[in-house]
Amino acid sequence: MLLFVLLVATGHAQSSAFDRPPAPVTNVALKDAPDDAGGAITISWTLSPDDAGGAMDVIGYDVRRSTSPDGPFQTVKSVPRGSSEAADETDLDSNVNYFYRVVVKDAKGEAPSVVAGPVQAKVPWFNLGRLNTLIATIIYITLLLYFIFHAKKGKKLFIRRLAGLDALDEAVGRATEMGKPILYVPGISQISDVATIASINILSGVARTVAEYNTRVIVPNYDPIVMTVAQEVVREGFLAAGKPDAYDEHDVFYVTTNQFAFVAAVDGIMVRERPATNLFIGMFFAESLILAETGASTGAIQIAGTDAVAQIPFFIAACDYTLIGEELYAASAYLSRAPLLLGSLKGQDWMKICLIGCIAVGVVTLLFGIESFRDFFETPLMIFRQ
Amino acid sequence: MMRRQVPLLICFVAGIVMLSQNFIPPLTWIYQQALEWARIISAIALFIGLISLVRVHTMKLKRKAPNYRYSYVTLFALCYMIIAGFLTKYGVFVKLHAGCDPGSAGEWIVTALEKALNFQEIFLNVQIPIQATMFSLLAFYIASAAFRAFKARTFEATLLLIAAMIVMLGRVPLGQMIPGVKEITVWILDVPNTAAKRGIMIGVGLGMASTSLKIMLGIERTYLGMKD
Amino acid sequence: MKFLFFLLQMDRRIVFVLVALAVVAPLIMPLNLPIVVGDKVRRLYDAIDQLPPRSRPVLVSVDYDPSTVPELQPMTLAVLRHCFSKEVPVIVTTMFPTGAGLARDAMETVAKEYPNLSYGTDYAYMGYKPGYSLVILGIGENFQATYPSDGYGTPSSKLPILKNVKNYDDIAIMVDFTASAAYEVWIMFAHQKYGCKVGAGVTAVMASDAYPYLNSGQLEGLLGGLSGAAEYEKLIGAPGTATIGMDAQSIAHILIIVLIILGNVAYFATRRHREPAQTATPQQGGSA
Repeated sequence: MLLFVLLVATGHAQSSAFDRPPAPVTNVALKDAPDDAGGAITISWTLSPDDAGGAMDVIGYDVRRSTSPDGPFQTVKSVPRGSSEAADETDLDSNVNYFYRVVVKDAKGEAPSVVAGPVQAKVPWFNLGRLNTLIATIIYITLLLYFIFHAKKGKKLFIRRLAGLDALDEAVGRATEMGKPILYVPGISQISDVATIASINILSGVARTVAEYNTRVIVPNYDPIVMTVAQEVVREGFLAAGKPDAYDEHDVFYVTTNQFAFVAAVDGIMVRERPATNLFIGMFFAESLILAETGASTGAIQIAGTDAVAQIPFFIAACDYTLIGEELYAASAYLSRAPLLLGSLKGQDWMKICLIGCIAVGVVTLLFGIESFRDFFETPLMIFRQ
Repeated sequence: MMRRQVPLLICFVAGIVMLSQNFIPPLTWIYQQALEWARIISAIALFIGLISLVRVHTMKLKRKAPNYRYSYVTLFALCYMIIAGFLTKYGVFVKLHAGCDPGSAGEWIVTALEKALNFQEIFLNVQIPIQATMFSLLAFYIASAAFRAFKARTFEATLLLIAAMIVMLGRVPLGQMIPGVKEITVWILDVPNTAAKRGIMIGVGLGMASTSLKIMLGIERTYLGMKD
Repeated sequence: MKFLFFLLQMDRRIVFVLVALAVVAPLIMPLNLPIVVGDKVRRLYDAIDQLPPRSRPVLVSVDYDPSTVPELQPMTLAVLRHCFSKEVPVIVTTMFPTGAGLARDAMETVAKEYPNLSYGTDYAYMGYKPGYSLVILGIGENFQATYPSDGYGTPSSKLPILKNVKNYDDIAIMVDFTASAAYEVWIMFAHQKYGCKVGAGVTAVMASDAYPYLNSGQLEGLLGGLSGAAEYEKLIGAPGTATIGMDAQSIAHILIIVLIILGNVAYFATRRHREPAQTATPQQGGSA
């Protein structure tokens, strides 16, 4: 009998859970999302007691917003059951008071929470989440300017040998002896790409050397804007060598902005013109090996330089000399030996030393369970947040 | 003077503003606007590419430059695809079909033209095979490059050679049958390979930042066609 | 010794012919080599497999051009087949102009195998939209404002599949197939800013670039190259071009390894007999 009563009572309780609206959420908390451009508020709450999964019937929550505590409230976000947080990023104005309520829903009804608020989506003047980046940037700029200043005062700065760049003179000389042209491919990217700019810097030096040796340089271009810059740079190079009449603008030309069509065209130039030296300097993608291997089949000496990490192995396998990654950016300083450029190269190296040092110390300290070094980097953020 | 100074000033101001918006949230709208403008400029750059292509090849035809006959092919293909694109996009053939009697000579001509000028069909049956063929040259060239260049001349070259052989084995079913190869391959790719790439990427990042700063400050001016 | 000298100076065209035979022969006489599924592929498979049918759609972005079709199209087809077989709705789009035809072709190819599913309700093709990162951001704000019509010109408001899709909250997972760094843009905006799960399928040469994102959890899973596609085909039980291609890839890799070994044997065996100039190597001061 007692068992029967218990069973009936339990069944009644269960059916009641499905008949009445779910219990509302509690402890609705509102917070302006930090370090954004305004326009986001985080709403959190304690789950409805009926949101236990299984036999309970909560299906989700609606987050509703109004600019007045009396409403009207509009739904700005819906989240599934089990969620205790949501972010409102819908058309929020800064410095306007907003009020929220969280409405729990089931198949038959809904129950709103008490109204929470007011809260404002504020626009901080500084993104504290990027404070460490700013500090690192300031340190880097300081190092660069310090070494540039020292270089300008006449201090000699050492740069290690870059075989690929040292070989440029030899490569141009070889082309002159053989009476063959030099092929220079400035990559297949746009002028906005830093690798292309670095390539144009090297082209400037190459053009001057080529003009001095009375050799022809062929420069096929992937991008029409890069072509106009390349034409200007090569013309300046011939002018600087005192041979403006030797410059032929038809040797610096636009091919196509289609990757493999460009490769096919350049391969055709290599097979027909048989340049003695091929220079592949700039941003390259999958076509790098096709270019390099076709060049190798013609017997040309090849110098490559790219910051595309995935293509470096192909150039190393197929070319005689390869400039890896940032060696490409060092090229203009290396070739010109201008104090300003050498100084910036030194600053770059010192920043790398700082980063390597931080990584090494961090790894060793964490290995031994010492977290103070890592926590040190969060100190500026903590100071400003307080 | 103006030709030199104005571009440098624009570069400096734009650089400082974009750097600042990264740290100052109220200026984020500048980044959004810059993206919009970049989108417009890249669309215009497509036109510049088209105009440059036509200009280069018509100049070659006028000058009767070496291999100028191929320029006829290029210009013909360009016009053909433009016409095919417009005809397909605006459903011209659907309208022509409606105006023809079924089974008539006109219907036959329209059907033939529709097949010949179907943009999607040309793309699937011409463009894709051509580009895929060019990409497939890599398979042949990697074999010849590996045969020619992977010699154990130095310690580093030997290391490269052994790692390459293990990874080549570990990435195919035949090699994965050898016990331990797959695990070593995964380790090589996950650990030393990723570490080296990260190192190069850090260097490249710093180099990019340095080059960008030099451009902003006007130290690097070769991209404007000026001497340093 | 003559043979070794011949090997050293072998015409590269002989290598090309050997590679061609190594690739073609297994395609004619399949070896049916067993495919071993890796963890990175399994993670993406599990992320899609756990999705309930007819729930939030999967967003697939086909961001590659025809040159990488042999490598990336099989994985696109495999993932689409997986979604279609589970009746998980799929929205297909592309950020590349040359990807538009490929995206449409992939979707139509798989849709033909599932005649019970209908366009507009179970799958939709949104076409190419210029703007790249702006489009990805736009989806996070308002999907239908970003795509007012689909790739065939039908207004988005008329497509049932898009009825409940306002932004990334209404998308279960986003999978990007690309041969460029497009997946990084999806991670940067769709995942970091809007919290959408992102998976990627990339070419083999780029796969290791994506490992840091996989390790940090920013990518749900990763398909790398033809082998990744073959592993996914095995998981869904529908072997396709990638599985067939793995036989050819296996033999080609073995051939390259044999050629490298032979080349080294020839090099060292003939070193004493060769002229000094032939043994000199170019200095690679800046590289390995």
